[in-house]
Amino acid sequence: MDRISQIYNDEKLLKKLHEDVNLTIEDVLEHEMVINMGPQHPATHGVLRLVLRLDGETVLGVVPELGYLHRGYEKMAENMSYIEYIPHTDRLDYTATMCNNVGYVLAVEKLIGIEAPKRAQYIRMIVAELSRIAAHLIAIGTFAMDVGAVTMVMWTFREREKIQNIFDRLAGARFTTSYTRIGGVSEDMDDEAIVLTKKFLNEFDDALMDMDKLMLSNRIFIDRLEGIGILSKEDAIALGVTGPNLRASGVEYDVRRAAPYLFYNEIDFNIPTQTEGDCLARYFLRGDEVRESVKILNQCLDKMPQGEIRANDPKTVLSQKAEIYTKMEELIHDFMIINYGINPPAGDIYFSVENPKGELGFYIVSNGTGQPWKLKIHSPSFCNLQVLSQLCKGAMISDVVAIVGSLDPVMGEADK
Amino acid sequence: MEIKELITQKVKEKFNEAIEEISDFRNDLSFTVKKDIIVQLAKFLKEEPELEFIACKDVTAIDWGTRKKRFTVVYHVYSFKLNYQIRIKVNIDVEPPAIETVTSIWASANWYERETYDMYGIKFINHPDLRRMYMPEGFEYYPLRKDFPVLGIEGSLPLPNKAD
Repeated sequence: MDRISQIYNDEKLLKKLHEDVNLTIEDVLEHEMVINMGPQHPATHGVLRLVLRLDGETVLGVVPELGYLHRGYEKMAENMSYIEYIPHTDRLDYTATMCNNVGYVLAVEKLIGIEAPKRAQYIRMIVAELSRIAAHLIAIGTFAMDVGAVTMVMWTFREREKIQNIFDRLAGARFTTSYTRIGGVSEDMDDEAIVLTKKFLNEFDDALMDMDKLMLSNRIFIDRLEGIGILSKEDAIALGVTGPNLRASGVEYDVRRAAPYLFYNEIDFNIPTQTEGDCLARYFLRGDEVRESVKILNQCLDKMPQGEIRANDPKTVLSQKAEIYTKMEELIHDFMIINYGINPPAGDIYFSVENPKGELGFYIVSNGTGQPWKLKIHSPSFCNLQVLSQLCKGAMISDVVAIVGSLDPVMGEADK
Repeated sequence: MEIKELITQKVKEKFNEAIEEISDFRNDLSFTVKKDIIVQLAKFLKEEPELEFIACKDVTAIDWGTRKKRFTVVYHVYSFKLNYQIRIKVNIDVEPPAIETVTSIWASANWYERETYDMYGIKFINHPDLRRMYMPEGFEYYPLRKDFPVLGIEGSLPLPNKAD
């Protein structure tokens, strides 16, 4: 204490101190500040790093830095067979594992030129829609938590838990499902799984209503999101935004409708859109999509036919174990597939499916051998993050959290 | 079928000499064109009123390893008007590999081209912000090239110095 008062009383020392620090109050108020948000920030949904340039509380610019979860899945794909790669698709968007599984096998099936039996396709539709509900529940829950409504995440995770139980019954795993196979699915959907699904759907409407009541009567929640991070229709298209974020800006584009895969053309469902393009619109849109998924699921369960769950094509599709043990051809081809892989014709294809985050596309280049020559993942989270710096410009620093939450990126997918 | 013919006809009319190959494998329409016209072609596809390919979905590259023209840059573009997606491929014949950017036409190509640069080392000329996308600044290699080993190169990612 003595020393400090000594400095302030001594003019010579004070002058020297000012020269050293070279900073005045005016300087502090006038200059911009650069701060680092992430990669270990709870509101960035993984390991996303944002470098913010601030003037007071206003964001002047944002530079997203990706790559903290880059595991090189595209490189790994070039060194394994088509079947071996299925479990790795789980780790892309780890909130919607089933959707990734379905998307990948459909791409490979397009390359090979085979089609799964009808029952298998219906099962794929059911698991994809269940997975979509689960992913949107996480998105809604964590988004609400980011802006301060912590109850929501408990409620959404409670519902998601039931979906995980269905997956457990179907695939034997709750989280890393790896359920689909090239030419079908790994296990049939038995009665118990159907009962679980129906039970979940019956209870889900009420739960969704409760969640809506909780959030929409919450003045703070609405005020924090309304008019924040507005994305116009033109910008959304130009910057390559996909999925719910694109539809929240008023573009009615959904791969399930634009280029129907599986049996989505036999199902009656709407594509919800919003025109505002702000954070609140993106929140509402996910809720609407969940309702449409429930509609699709109910129709799928009614329409699902009996029959085979894997295509009968031993040259490209792994046969059932009983057949391998009893038939010569099946045994030979099983040996060939396991050792040398499926050999699709040389060529390149692009196939995309509608994932909860947006359009997940696979661009596969084959040179006729058992391993893909190149496999490129068009990941929706990556595309959606590109718009972040534009949305955050001019926003307040607390809005950054809301905007990131509303875009709903999953870094496992964005970083590959 | 009609859409496919319309696009092929329109592109052929304008860029007949520059088209090297048109393929239709598994119903994916794909044009292989010369490197010099990529920006003009992009502009044409986007602004031609009957086509309107306004969305660029993806830019990536293929490393062919031992081929003479080692790299191929691949663009996937989509038209909301026609509800159709086409692929444009450009073989690169210069060393070090470089091609003009299409960011001025499709803004979304910005990050896709950065990613391609990061993974294959293809330089996009006039790109506004050509930095590494995933790998750290100062990383010397391009991981998706075929000569980069799967297990990585020892010492290529130095650990930070430990404080004493």
